[in-house]
Amino acid sequence: MNNLIKGEKYDWEMVIGLEIHAQVKSNSKLFSSSSTKFGSSPNSQVSLVDAAMPGMLPVINKYCVEQAVKTGVGLNAKINNYSVFDRKNYFYADLPQGYQISQYKYPIVGEGKVTIDFKDGTSKDIRIVRLHLEQDAGKSLHDQNPSKTYVDLNRSGVALMEIVSEPDIRTPDEAGMYISKIRSILMYLDTCDGNMQEGSLRADVNISVRKPGDEYGTRCEIKNLNSIKFIKQAINYEAKRQIEILESGGSIEQNTMLFNTSTGKTRPMRNKEEAHDYRYFPDPDLLPLEISKEEIEKIKSSIPELPDELKNKFIETYKLSNYDASVLTAEKQTSDYFNKTINSDPELKNHAKIVVNWITSELFSLLNKNNQDLNNSPVSPENLGQLIKLISTNEISGKIAKDVLEDMFSSGKTARQIVDEKGLQQVTDHGEIAKVIDEVIAENPKMVEQYLAGKDKLLGFFVGQAMKLTKGKANPKMLNDILKQKLNKKN
Amino acid sequence: MKIDKNTINKIARLSRIKLDDKESEDYIKDLNSILDWVEQLNEVNTENVEPLSNISSSILPKREDVSNDTNSSEEILENAPDKLEGFFAVPKVVE
Repeated sequence: MNNLIKGEKYDWEMVIGLEIHAQVKSNSKLFSSSSTKFGSSPNSQVSLVDAAMPGMLPVINKYCVEQAVKTGVGLNAKINNYSVFDRKNYFYADLPQGYQISQYKYPIVGEGKVTIDFKDGTSKDIRIVRLHLEQDAGKSLHDQNPSKTYVDLNRSGVALMEIVSEPDIRTPDEAGMYISKIRSILMYLDTCDGNMQEGSLRADVNISVRKPGDEYGTRCEIKNLNSIKFIKQAINYEAKRQIEILESGGSIEQNTMLFNTSTGKTRPMRNKEEAHDYRYFPDPDLLPLEISKEEIEKIKSSIPELPDELKNKFIETYKLSNYDASVLTAEKQTSDYFNKTINSDPELKNHAKIVVNWITSELFSLLNKNNQDLNNSPVSPENLGQLIKLISTNEISGKIAKDVLEDMFSSGKTARQIVDEKGLQQVTDHGEIAKVIDEVIAENPKMVEQYLAGKDKLLGFFVGQAMKLTKGKANPKMLNDILKQKLNKKN
Repeated sequence: MKIDKNTINKIARLSRIKLDDKESEDYIKDLNSILDWVEQLNEVNTENVEPLSNISSSILPKREDVSNDTNSSEEILENAPDKLEGFFAVPKVVE
């Protein structure tokens, strides 16, 4: 695979690493009992701890610790029995403590890896450096008032898992696949809701470029990207920017960049002279976090089937391709839907590939068109299963089935109901089809002549005419066979 | 380690404290004497000794994941010098 991008003078390779911030799906914050509910009125979920009132002490949320361990297991990572909370010091209006409680030297989770799957059937491992627990900051609104910034501390103190990858990523697409995979694992584990729009999952991207085989170049960090589309755009823009500088003889300055979502450009943050000096030190308010082997084992045993295991199971049980299986398992709701559909009728197990296609292309495109989600699909897995069975038993043709699905989608009726009501059963009676073909042949003597003279393309015309007469219900294979037979007899 | 003028300026800036020349000189003196005092510890051989992170044998207390549903807005904003529609209002921060 060629992952190089062309500059004016040379070919370049991107070197990319991601820091993903995933909000732990918990009721209360990491060190206080305030609610984590999204979209509440400003400053309504702020305890005295979150607002850093003097004398307040943090008490850790046991559930958040368990979710971090669970996620670590899902990332095939080493769980550390001993980890430490540190203070990361900086001043900002939405950080009342003047420091963020994070983990620096001793994170709760160590090295791991995740696998991404390409369309061509190959896959690649992306190594994980670590996962640590930390507090989120509040939210600043800069655009409401010309001279003021508004601060909402509802998010202040919410638990985040920061997942850091090695710089193993080489293209914007790989970056997108990597974050999708992490999102998928988090959602199977139910440790994060994966909602990128609400900011429950966001990423900082580290990127540098180099000539293939060279040492890593100087990197820049693009902060706070909250969609896969923006991640790809930002990487593409930043790589081009760096290549232009290098090719014109300049050098890259290590910088923190912001991505402007409306212009698609990156620019360095100001105040760069204040190169961050976070002065990490162990938080004296918190004892080290120790987790026993027994606790880790207990959490491990509670872990549900993860996308990769499920993918392998689908490949083995249903003989699906690696890619089909990875599309099905990317989101838990999709694999759940597939499981329900295929188990709705014993017959369907032999038609797994058809089931995949009907879910991932036909149903998905209808859902997309109507801006709906698989979770509240108007077509239940059982009903889709019934439709597919009608196709697999030749009762209706695939073409008609598409219309039936649209009808099911809008009317909520079952496939059976629609087929019976509209009389859509496929005509598989040899005599009936032959009769229609005779009619078509009799009505179009000139066309028959041309066909026999060698204009093979006209076969489609006859098929079309015959289909029209049967209102699309003739079994296409039988129609074709009988038609050819009859025409050739004329010869 | 010695604290010089540059270091004291950097620490002051990181702490958002404005120091005049006289104060800088005083702090340089104070911090150096504190450092000198602490540095006596270097005389102790600590090879193969794990750093001591706390002197109690207690373990980190944990709480259950239960949220309280009180609306904190009024109480939290009570001391704010400036507020608007439930938000703290602070001088414009560009980034």
